[in-house]
Amino acid sequence: PQGGRASGGPGSARRRSPLLHSPAASATGGERRASLNTELKLPCGLGAVAVTAVSPQVDDAQSTVSVEFTPTIPHCSMATLIGLSIKVKLLRSLPERFKLDVHITPGTHASEHAVNKQLADKERVAAALENSHLLEVVNQCLSARS
Amino acid sequence: MVLELSAHMQHRQGERSLFPLCQQVRRGQAHRGTPLWFCACSGCASCLMYLLTRGFLGFLPSWPRFSLENTDPRMRGRGIQLLSQVLLQCYSLLQEKEVLHLVLFYESRLQDNHLVIPSVLQGLRALSMCEVLSPGLAVSVLKAIFQEVHVQSLLQLDRHTVYSIITNFMSTREEELKGLGANFTFGFIQVMDGEKDPRNLLVAFQIVHDLIAKDYDLGPFVEELFEVTSCYFPVDFTPPPNDPHGIQREDLILSLRAVLASTTQFAEFLLPLLIEKLDSELQSAKLDSLQTLTACCAIYGQKELQEFLPSLWSSLRREVFQTASEKIETECLTALRALSACLSRSVLSSDSEDLLDSFLSSILQASFLSSPHSNIWLLQDCRHHLCEPDMKLVWPSAKLLQAAAGASLRTYHRISHSVLPLLLEQYTKHTQSSQRRTILEMLLGFLELQQKWGHVEEDESPLLSHQAPVCSVVFSALLDPSVQLQLVGIKALTVLGSLQGFLSSSNLELVVDHLIRLALHEEDSQSSEAAMEAAGSLAPTYPKVFSGHMVPRLEEELQLEREESHHKRHSLQQRCLQALAAVSTHTSIVKDTVPILLQHLQKVQKGTEAKNTQDVISVCQSLHRVALQCQQDAEGCWYFHQTVVPCLLAMAVQAAMPESTHTLPGKALLEEEVLAAMIPVISAATAHLSPELAAQSVSHVVPLFLDGDVSFLPQNSFPCSFQPFGDGEHLEAQRRLVALLMAFVCSLPRDVAIPQQEWLLRELLALSCSSNCPFTATTAAKCFAGLVNKHPAGQQLDEILQLAVNRMEPSLAEGPRRTQALTLLLWVTKALVLRYHPLSSCLTDKLLGLLGDTELGPATADGFSLLMAESPDVLHKGCHADVRIMFRQRFFTDNVPKLVRGFHGAGPDVKANYLKGLSHVLNHLPKPVLVTELPTLLSLLLEALSCSDRVVQLSTLSCLHPLLLEAPQIMSLHVDTLVTKFLNLTSSPTMAVRIAALRCAHALTSLPTTVLLPYKGRVIRALAKPLDDKKRLVRKEAVAARGEWFLLGSPGR
Repeated sequence: PQGGRASGGPGSARRRSPLLHSPAASATGGERRASLNTELKLPCGLGAVAVTAVSPQVDDAQSTVSVEFTPTIPHCSMATLIGLSIKVKLLRSLPERFKLDVHITPGTHASEHAVNKQLADKERVAAALENSHLLEVVNQCLSARS
Repeated sequence: MVLELSAHMQHRQGERSLFPLCQQVRRGQAHRGTPLWFCACSGCASCLMYLLTRGFLGFLPSWPRFSLENTDPRMRGRGIQLLSQVLLQCYSLLQEKEVLHLVLFYESRLQDNHLVIPSVLQGLRALSMCEVLSPGLAVSVLKAIFQEVHVQSLLQLDRHTVYSIITNFMSTREEELKGLGANFTFGFIQVMDGEKDPRNLLVAFQIVHDLIAKDYDLGPFVEELFEVTSCYFPVDFTPPPNDPHGIQREDLILSLRAVLASTTQFAEFLLPLLIEKLDSELQSAKLDSLQTLTACCAIYGQKELQEFLPSLWSSLRREVFQTASEKIETECLTALRALSACLSRSVLSSDSEDLLDSFLSSILQASFLSSPHSNIWLLQDCRHHLCEPDMKLVWPSAKLLQAAAGASLRTYHRISHSVLPLLLEQYTKHTQSSQRRTILEMLLGFLELQQKWGHVEEDESPLLSHQAPVCSVVFSALLDPSVQLQLVGIKALTVLGSLQGFLSSSNLELVVDHLIRLALHEEDSQSSEAAMEAAGSLAPTYPKVFSGHMVPRLEEELQLEREESHHKRHSLQQRCLQALAAVSTHTSIVKDTVPILLQHLQKVQKGTEAKNTQDVISVCQSLHRVALQCQQDAEGCWYFHQTVVPCLLAMAVQAAMPESTHTLPGKALLEEEVLAAMIPVISAATAHLSPELAAQSVSHVVPLFLDGDVSFLPQNSFPCSFQPFGDGEHLEAQRRLVALLMAFVCSLPRDVAIPQQEWLLRELLALSCSSNCPFTATTAAKCFAGLVNKHPAGQQLDEILQLAVNRMEPSLAEGPRRTQALTLLLWVTKALVLRYHPLSSCLTDKLLGLLGDTELGPATADGFSLLMAESPDVLHKGCHADVRIMFRQRFFTDNVPKLVRGFHGAGPDVKANYLKGLSHVLNHLPKPVLVTELPTLLSLLLEALSCSDRVVQLSTLSCLHPLLLEAPQIMSLHVDTLVTKFLNLTSSPTMAVRIAALRCAHALTSLPTTVLLPYKGRVIRALAKPLDDKKRLVRKEAVAARGEWFLLGSPGR
């Protein structure tokens, strides 16, 4: 099952705008679609992805930021993209002195290790962003416009 | 006889006398004909109208090129065109028989060559506007058009002409057209079938709407008519850029909707279409379908809906559960409400099944039972679901139910009957605050609906039958440690209290206890404030309970001397004062609370410590709140005024007595902040008095200040006389009380006469120019300005203004009191600018001159903000000042050119003054005006960005921000300067400037990308620095701006 979130017919996956759901986002009507840390809007057609972002660990003195995220399902094909988007958002939003660490919550994804390794590799991240198609998708995720 | 028309007529009618003029003209043909025609051809149609229509037609053969019988259809067309043009000018002059002939002529021409047809239609349109058209002709014209013309092969304009003819006939010959029966409908369907032009469609839709609304016979063509209109649904139209016709998509949508939702006859075709479009991918199609469905529900009944209810319901439910768009969700809920209202409106026949009932059951079922994801409500054994209740689907369910319950009293009863017990049960089952809060919020939704449907009926209301559990749920929420839950509980309590007769008296006392506890002792200020608000909104409903229970308890707490720490006692007292003010929403309660507050004020004003000052200010704030709350109620307002104003004045006068003030300021009551806090109290207590009562009051207060007449004050035995306008060092304290006089006298309604006004004005003028104390001088100047603003125009006003100018001028020029004179000048200028007084421009010029003064220049520049901004205590609408709308725009147009000129001519040391003055004026201008006016000032503003004054920087940035967003083309000419300046300012020492500069840097991204790309790298590098700013708000802006610059020119933006 798809993490128990999507419901309705087969068409629903495409229509629902997938958002990051933080556990802290409360349940009132206005807030229920709120996303807290990083606003990720995956373009339609990529399938429903709901992610739980764990609030990041920040150490200002040591200049480190660590973010854990949990894909809804262990085989979520979007895990790398989500991780990459989080990473890019942080790169653009934090002073250069910070060392970033974005990884999947241990034990929640089938290819956890591979994804983490990809995300940690500066050169692979830079190369990924050279790819204009990938950059487009990431930018769409990060764009403030809906 | 070559003219077919003439022959035709003569043949048919057999009377030549119809055209008497024709004969005359013929007789003069030889020498007059050609010049006349020439005249007509050169456009002088009006002088020929008469001739033409009364017989000149017969003269046409003398102009063979345009002959109506010319063998070249193009020439023939031009002849007819000429005739039609003339007819369009003069159709109202035609007589019945002439019209008949013309109609017959034009009808016959419809069979002519296609080149002729447009002109023929024009002529028919002219004739269709004739009032004298004989019966039967309209029908025959329409028949001819339907039969002879293939409308959709004509050009847009000609099609439009056909629609116009039909519209004209429909508005004047309704009965005749109805005689055509369904043929007319059929004919029209053929005419509009395939129409593509939006201009024509608007007319065509209007015709269809009229066909239906005016009850024309549709016969067997209902489906055809539906097909021919519904094929445009949902409207897909984007107006071309620079469209001169200004037709918007929305116009077409609305006019098509008016057609589709105009009859129940369309229901069987329309509903499937709506369901189909609702299931489509297109957001706009969904919205349009939902809105159309809502519109249909206004006229549909059970019969039309029956067959389609299940599919409609499943579509609506799916959208609410799944959509990501708030807009679609709202429209779905509106549609559901409309559906439920529609069903509950239908009268039930005994044998038919109650559709409403089964519909609501399906809603109830879907929301709580059959939806796979909300079964957490029922399956108590699914513990893992319970631990993580999927609030995402619970909320849509509640919204669906509430939408349906909001449709009618019947649906409300039906739904709340099943839902209330369920919610109450769930509340007790769940123990976590967040879950309880969600449940209580849903419950609150239903309680609010009960409020909408009015009073609780004794036997019927499902709410009443659950009174006890509802109360206990709400009370338990109030006791919960979670603030969020408390807040919802307080809201629910307010709603329950507003339901007449729901709360029993014992429950009410409990409510009051809870509110007191939350208001005074709850640590979180949100809950405390909410509890006070709730007390305030319930008090008018139950004044006895609140004045009997709450007020004495609060008084007791206020007076209690406790052992606790000072801080705690202080905050408790604060809360008591706030609560006393909040609950004073009913006159009878005001009469209880005001004496308590005044008594407390007496008590705290005696000390001299700083904390006493704070305490006095708190009491004044509470009194102000009470004053605002009883402004609308004449009795309460007068009571408050009568009680509070003399009491405050007496206390202040007592404090200002000479021997009690050896050193200044000796008393808390005479502190500037305290007087400033008393001003709004007196002002609010005065502004809404009726003129008679105000006159009564003014006859006491003004003599108090002018003559020292203290007789009306409550304790009026003072050791010494009160002479605020007298001379002498020892009277300095008394002079400060002019602030209270100002609060009173400047808030009076404009029609209240002030006794001895001339004397008062002179005294104020003297005081404002002579006092050494800035507070006293400023207050006197404000009071003077407040009175001058309301003074009726005339000789008296001119004299007093002349006097003021005479006093100001020498002081302004030189001497020790230049600042005082400037303050007076500023306030008087403001008073006159507001009322468009002719002298205002002269005074403004004086101010502009002072900008170049090295000593007074900076203060004058700041004074421009005083001129433009709303003043809190005098000269605003609330105290009945004479404020013209658009005075700011007027000031802008009159003075900005002078400011700019002054700037260019000024020396380097005073240039900044002009910029500052200018930016104050611009900052207070409404944004739309600003955007249209700014481009002319742009170069100046760019210069202002380099000015080192942070006020100038800040206001310039805030002026540029809207301009960047709304006039990107003009701004992109200066992109280089803008980027450099903005980036420089992001490292300003002032936080507000840094934030504003980053916002502007963000707004730069709305300029054309090509202009910005050369700067992208530089900006991104420069914005890395503020990312590490020590202030959070700056970092936030930096993140937003930098993120947007990264996206510039990048794919997927």
